[in-house]
Amino acid sequence: MRLEPIAAPSTARRLGFPALALGATLAVAMTLALIAGANPLAVLGQIVTGALGSKLAVLETLNRATPLIFTGLAVAVAFRAKLWNIGAEAQLYAGAIMAVVLGTGALGSPLVLPVSALAAMLAGAVLLLGPVLLKTRLGVDEVVTTLLLNFIMLLLVSYLLEGPMKDPMGMGWPKSTALIPEARLPRIVEGLRLHWGFALAIIAAIVVWVIQTRTTLGFEIRAVGQNPEAARFAGMPVNAILLKTALLSGGLAALAGWSEVAGLKGHLSQDLSPGFGYTGIIVAMLALLHPLGVVVTAIFVAGIFVGSDAMSRAAGVPTYIADMLMATALLCMVLAILLTRFRVVRG
Amino acid sequence: MSQDQGAEVVLRLDRITKRFGALTANDAVSLDLRRGEVVALLGENGAGKTTLMNILFGHYVADDGGVQVFGQPLPPGNPKAALAAGVGMVHQHFTLAGNLTVLDNIRLGTEGLWSRGAHGARAKVERLSRDFGLAVHPDAKVSRLTVGERQRVEILKALYRDARILILDEPTAVLTPQESDALFATLRKATAMGLSVIFISHKLHEVMAIADRCIVLRHGRVVGRVDTHATDKAALAALMVGGELSLPRAKARAAGAPLLRLDAASTPDRGAVPGLKSVTLELRAGQITGLAGVSGNGQAALAEIIAGLALPASGAVQLHGAAVRDWSPRAALANGVGRIPEDRHHQGSIGDFDLTENAVLESYRTRFSRRGWMDWRAARAFAEEIIKGYDVRCPGPETRIRLLSGGNMQKLILGRAMASSPDIILANQPVRGLDVGAIAYVQSQLIAARDRDAAVLLISEDLDEIMGLSDVIHVISEGRLSPGFARGTMTAADLGLWMAGQNFGDTHAA
Repeated sequence: MRLEPIAAPSTARRLGFPALALGATLAVAMTLALIAGANPLAVLGQIVTGALGSKLAVLETLNRATPLIFTGLAVAVAFRAKLWNIGAEAQLYAGAIMAVVLGTGALGSPLVLPVSALAAMLAGAVLLLGPVLLKTRLGVDEVVTTLLLNFIMLLLVSYLLEGPMKDPMGMGWPKSTALIPEARLPRIVEGLRLHWGFALAIIAAIVVWVIQTRTTLGFEIRAVGQNPEAARFAGMPVNAILLKTALLSGGLAALAGWSEVAGLKGHLSQDLSPGFGYTGIIVAMLALLHPLGVVVTAIFVAGIFVGSDAMSRAAGVPTYIADMLMATALLCMVLAILLTRFRVVRG
Repeated sequence: MSQDQGAEVVLRLDRITKRFGALTANDAVSLDLRRGEVVALLGENGAGKTTLMNILFGHYVADDGGVQVFGQPLPPGNPKAALAAGVGMVHQHFTLAGNLTVLDNIRLGTEGLWSRGAHGARAKVERLSRDFGLAVHPDAKVSRLTVGERQRVEILKALYRDARILILDEPTAVLTPQESDALFATLRKATAMGLSVIFISHKLHEVMAIADRCIVLRHGRVVGRVDTHATDKAALAALMVGGELSLPRAKARAAGAPLLRLDAASTPDRGAVPGLKSVTLELRAGQITGLAGVSGNGQAALAEIIAGLALPASGAVQLHGAAVRDWSPRAALANGVGRIPEDRHHQGSIGDFDLTENAVLESYRTRFSRRGWMDWRAARAFAEEIIKGYDVRCPGPETRIRLLSGGNMQKLILGRAMASSPDIILANQPVRGLDVGAIAYVQSQLIAARDRDAAVLLISEDLDEIMGLSDVIHVISEGRLSPGFARGTMTAADLGLWMAGQNFGDTHAA
């Protein structure tokens, strides 16, 4: 069997296969629920109501989507330039650290929020700068370096939380001192749990979209991603463009950690991110690297996680089903995208 | 070369039809190949030659029609079946492992992993290379062979597998005229021994020299079946394009001031590809300078320097009389260098970008952006200007460039290069792979640029093209540059000797 490219895929093909992928994902989910000994339809229903069934549920889903939008954007921006940033997790923690460093009394209102946000972006950007310089100067594969930095960063956070950043009032728990109230992101509506980080994430998505479609930098990033040799031949400074892409990507990922600390948690702990950096890759891929699509897929992915939590409490099916659903959705979607562009030929 | 109508039909393609979406690449194409004859398959790019051969060889499955080899139907979509039935193909781009010897390459894939029997294989290869005049040493490493020798290995490989039918895809594109003559001698020996050959080519004079019959494809259909002794080049060209057509020939003109000058420029070797060896070259205003040579003799290094991608390791570059220091593609563009790259797919364009984006690739920063924002409206208008001015056939500026034919893609690249009215033009293989109509168009544009007093460097492997267009011809071989020869002072055979590197010793002595 071989793949033959299709010059202009039909609308039916472009919508049909993703729909089929969604159906396949659901089928897998129901099978898993059946194996776990629950009623498959009820499990699906509980996931949906758990994610969207009440105002509280919706807000929880949007809260969970916030860091995923930031990391999804970070990955989408980098992957667009074929810069394989697998280190959004590390950059996220870099941003979270800056939120704590500047938000626990070093700066007061009204400077603390904008300054710590900028400092967080800078920290994330600098963290990605190293791997990109190694790539452009020495040809070191950035997949390896950015991935390994995730573990280094986790160890650094662990050290900080056991040492210099440890909350003296924390009863020995490895968590940081709490942020001062001025350093916290306010709620969008008083009394509801949704914080301004979500609004910032949406704004970030729009800004990234505008950068990609309307600015010279966006044009350069896309050109370098599509065909670096042609970009170089046309006079684009390919390495400088990759560096700028890295600054943007690292900065966006860092905002995820910053907004989790400043908006949701109020302090830094080692379980700040249950892999938002990695899930960001899934979010970006499902969105086909489109920045506005990232918002949609991040909410979808967050919904599945939040809904699975609720379902697990009610139906007794383990929450691992959410991870398996994610994996199935991604695999089915990648296959669906392949099949919209290529047809399988026998022989 | 017999043309016995009664000879056995060894290969029959029967009403082969293949569609790709709306495009019919082959429309009921039939072909009979008889024992001991050479049939040329002629046609513009995109006429369906490659598709037809891919179906024969099992790479594609035909929608309709069938293939018979020696009277037996060939199962579709099975390259192994084609090989086993005695069909051998020599691709334009060789499929050899450079780090293995000739003998190992020939045995590779034919024999089991653990088989021992190199002795028998060696004897067979030596016999074949003697019988067919394919001189090449069985123990030589392939990476050390010349292009012509590698092609001989490919042919030997097919013969070793007992091919009775040889398919050669553009076999002379990479050869010097002398090497081509040697190839033809081999083919004559092969047909005399009862083999049959399908010869795919663009070059009409070669088809006239080697083929018994000629099948002309246009838009996927057979538009002519002619005996070569009953036709001539003009008639074949007319069949190919569907009308009378004359390629432009530039008239001589007085040269102006030197606009670009390389002075004893040298670059390091890259693996098997030689770098430049102290090359001194002047491009003068109002002159087309032709650079002839077999590919891989330093043309790429020279083109990189002029395009702004590199500076020579030693020696100097002068632009408009001043020494060049900061050199980059942007600097080249800013100094009036227009570039048509060798590889229009990988260097010249971005396949998934539309025509607008490709049109502004070189000038987006200087002409279509303000304070970091793209002016897409102006960019689109610019693309439309090129599309109109250079006759780019396309649905519109939003079309992705990968959907265009090679000729239309090249016209867009040409229009992009010419838009800034460059006074130095690098045209690296500007018409390779284009159809005859597009070739005439691109060449006439180069002549027009020269008549506007631009200095044009034309790099080509096609001697006809070089001799037809150039005011001055240099030959490059092993990174060394011949002296410039004025138009009309050299024959193709003279140039061929230079291409083979034979005269360089003399010039050093003189």
